[in-house]
Amino acid sequence: MSDLNKFTIADARDALRAGEVTSTELTEACLSAIDAADSLGAFAHKTPELAMERAKAADARLKAGDAPDMCGIPVGIKDLFCTEGVPSQAASRILEGFKPEYESTVSGQLRDAGAVMLGKLNMDEFAMGSSNETSYYGNVVNPWRAGNSDAALTPGGSSGGSAAAVAADLCMAATGTDTGGSIRQPAAFTGTVGLKPTYGRCSRWGIVAFASSLDQAGPMTKTVRDAAIMGHAMMGHDPKDSTSADMAVPDFEAMLTGDIKGKVIGIPKEYRMDGMPDEIETLWADGTAMLKDAGAEIRDISLPHTKYALPAYYVIAPAEASSNLARYDGVRFGYRAEMAPGDGITEMYEKTRAEGFGAEVKRRVMVGTYVLSAGFYDAYYNRARRVRALIKRDFDEVFSAGVDAILTPATPSAAFELGKEVSDPVEMYLNDVFTVTVNLAGLPGVAVPTGLDRNGLPLGLQLIGRPWEEGELLNTAYALESAAGFVEKPARWW
Amino acid sequence: MSIDTATAAKVAKLARIKVEEADLPALAQEFNAILGFIEQLEEVDVKGVEPMVSVTPQRLKRREDVVTDGSQPAKVLANAPDAREGFFSVPKVVE
Repeated sequence: MSDLNKFTIADARDALRAGEVTSTELTEACLSAIDAADSLGAFAHKTPELAMERAKAADARLKAGDAPDMCGIPVGIKDLFCTEGVPSQAASRILEGFKPEYESTVSGQLRDAGAVMLGKLNMDEFAMGSSNETSYYGNVVNPWRAGNSDAALTPGGSSGGSAAAVAADLCMAATGTDTGGSIRQPAAFTGTVGLKPTYGRCSRWGIVAFASSLDQAGPMTKTVRDAAIMGHAMMGHDPKDSTSADMAVPDFEAMLTGDIKGKVIGIPKEYRMDGMPDEIETLWADGTAMLKDAGAEIRDISLPHTKYALPAYYVIAPAEASSNLARYDGVRFGYRAEMAPGDGITEMYEKTRAEGFGAEVKRRVMVGTYVLSAGFYDAYYNRARRVRALIKRDFDEVFSAGVDAILTPATPSAAFELGKEVSDPVEMYLNDVFTVTVNLAGLPGVAVPTGLDRNGLPLGLQLIGRPWEEGELLNTAYALESAAGFVEKPARWW
Repeated sequence: MSIDTATAAKVAKLARIKVEEADLPALAQEFNAILGFIEQLEEVDVKGVEPMVSVTPQRLKRREDVVTDGSQPAKVLANAPDAREGFFSVPKVVE
């Protein structure tokens, strides 16, 4: 068998259980694909010895008949997840050399299910970015190229390494995290599937915190079925995260019937933005028609506070980040700056943080510091939290009026060129205009690839579901995926 | 609301991030661009709306107030840039 790295999770699982292939073979195939793809910059730390060790253990488990769905499946882990004994530095200089003494709950659940970690994936520093250009490791390059151009495109961010690795078949799937769109936007830019679960579904324990009330881990995969399988393995209650939901996680894969007859799909008018490219409009209309053809009822809806989601996010997320990132002070872990004679502890903090954080992280920590500072707390932070309540209320109202899921574009454009938007922070923030509402309301959302733009770049649609109903949401995504029939892959140039 | 270089310097100090004097005007300008974007929030009528505390209506769980962890100083110190005799080591704090 050739091209073992191109398997989906579902196909690999079935082949492993049938004894047609071993995890060792799958893992070797992925490791060689990774070594041949250094120009993508997707893997920041490779762990081939560990991978081979886990693959052998998975093969033994498969032989013994004790194999969960993820057993023997080679995956990549975003660098934001703490992995025991393996560098975990959130793509930041300030965590240089940090090797956690513990494993994050989510990566631990995958490990215990027998999944094989191939290495740590590149990302935007502390998950702050939409183009993977803020990483201390350097850029990730999208495996997709526009037409005949050889210009390097962004894979999106912050889970850019995860998206690029899955799209380029370097791993069967990867973990991502999503604070404002960091799973769904890169998935849309790379023709892959990305699921952000309901807030509280995946434990945040051991994942480097960015904005604790918004952060949520999720799977990045080649298909909706794979998102169902891997999502199931990642979710579940964890006493170590007080916001983790003590609720049963259903068998999402068993819910993928493709039958969405009678389901009500909402089309929010506020997501039709001025200056939105025709191609996105067409993609959205086509997706709406596909769901209608599959038997869903299409309903125009209104989410009136949509416009205020990004500004509210850019108060709340930096505020929480400024608090979370206070721990990086050069004392307990990671980087400490060289001291000059006479420097005291304040100089140590200030130099360490100035040298250890990149420009975007510093910008957000300082904006967060400002909006939380005396005299501005009410005007900025409390006001943003009130607007957040209104944004959530918009969704509550449409769901209680009988809407089952909401269909929107995933991104306002296809992948753009690296270096193009990096100079204007506010321009960059607009990338998350369709995804950020979902984090503010704590809802599940999934990006599904449904078409190509005129340059042959993938475009995705987003489905937003009711809280805790990832199964229903994935089934609607499955119906959309089946109707769209997106099978294109990037032509290999790397 | 416009941020001047003195405010930018104060924010940098509060955040414990060293910013060179020469970089303060550019920083202030960036703050102003971002805060200008954020100021749209003033258009929203938020009268009678409580600031959101938790996005899910669940109550935070409580547990017994007991020791569940500990006795692993070597692991705690393993990643410290400077650790000596079982302690984190830092420059002099008090003269």
